[in-house]
Amino acid sequence: MTVRHHIADELLVAYEAGSLSEGENIAVATHLALCPHCRVAARAATAVGGAMLEGAEPIPIRPDALDRVLDRIAAPPVADRPRQRAAVETAGAPPILPEPLRSYVGGDIDRVPWRRLGLKARHYRIPLSDRTTVARLLCIPAGQPVPMHGHRGLELTVVLSGTLVDGHDRLGRGDVEQTDESVEHQPRAGEGEDCICLAVTDAPLRFKGLVARLAQNFLRI
Amino acid sequence: MSSVADAFLPSRTESRLRPAFRRFPPGAVAVTSASPEPGTIAGKMAGHLAAIASSGDRAAFAELFRYYAPRVKSYLQRLGGDPATAEEVMQEAMVQVWRKAGLFDPAKSSPSTWIFAIARNLRIDALRRDRRPEYDPDDPALVPEPDRPPDTVLEGQQAAARLAEAMAGLTAAERNLLTLTYYEEKSHSMISAELGLPLGTVKSRLRLTFAKLRGALAESFGDRP
Repeated sequence: MTVRHHIADELLVAYEAGSLSEGENIAVATHLALCPHCRVAARAATAVGGAMLEGAEPIPIRPDALDRVLDRIAAPPVADRPRQRAAVETAGAPPILPEPLRSYVGGDIDRVPWRRLGLKARHYRIPLSDRTTVARLLCIPAGQPVPMHGHRGLELTVVLSGTLVDGHDRLGRGDVEQTDESVEHQPRAGEGEDCICLAVTDAPLRFKGLVARLAQNFLRI
Repeated sequence: MSSVADAFLPSRTESRLRPAFRRFPPGAVAVTSASPEPGTIAGKMAGHLAAIASSGDRAAFAELFRYYAPRVKSYLQRLGGDPATAEEVMQEAMVQVWRKAGLFDPAKSSPSTWIFAIARNLRIDALRRDRRPEYDPDDPALVPEPDRPPDTVLEGQQAAARLAEAMAGLTAAERNLLTLTYYEEKSHSMISAELGLPLGTVKSRLRLTFAKLRGALAESFGDRP
């Protein structure tokens, strides 16, 4: 199936600029894994970053900067430990959860430690180091509405399996739905198959500014 | 309490760097149809990267360093980091440039784009102590690109030249929007507060600005359906 609901361009730009929160980042990267078209657009957004770097006003660097870098290069490189990836059964069907989501969950869909969420729906809150957003996997039984649906701010939903029906829209694997507080809607899982999706929302308390973010990271508040 | 500078110890940043460029195999620096035009800065810098990759050419690295180091530091310092931190991360970025030179593919990106991505990932890893989640090009779950005949794809240096031209044609307001996004790492809602514009306006202006730039790259970055 081809992805028909894409990530908005301004969100792709923010992703490549490095200005997204961790939760938003996961949603965009998960969509990119499933959508070659958006990967092409994302490359254009990276190229804009390259052009910005090229146009940056050069500022003075330490006079011995080059020597220091050359010294570090001469030293044997620290082994580049590859990022811990969740193991996956490569012989069988491709995993339901693409990277980077799979590593965050610690395995594919069969490893998700689901919790009940009423109406037979289940959810799993993905641990993040950044607390400005909440990322959840949701499993909605076929034909049932998505529970917990009053939202405060941005909500990004990426469908991973089954379908999500919202009004006349029918979203399948890889499709993204982006809504904000101005949108009133009641999505439900399509008939015949449970719907699994990633839902990223603004956390109730969203800290703004670098200082607040740093304080948050150091103090774990 | 640990200081911000702790995050910049080589072992730490080394192990935390995302494998963003894994999809370009070593040895992919071969000359292609989109190979650099020798007269341009991008062409010269691509040549330096190739020389670093093939023979560890220090003179080539020194030239590349003289051009990029003050720009990378400028980019890093705009976020409000102190000069010492910006200097540290810049040096680490340049070490990565040396070590990963073999992964640079001139047909896929310009040297500036490639170095921007290295600096950006280091900045996120180090300054924010955050992971930058990325998709994995080798993931069995990845939906692959549809086949495109390579000769219709215009990327790398030619694209960089067109992009630079399009950037020069932007209005001051549009350039400011890009600066806030790319340099100062401001979210859409922060930009909205800073400029006193509705969030929807910020998003649509950013979208329009990107569309202009992308239009200049139309041949290389095809449209989404």
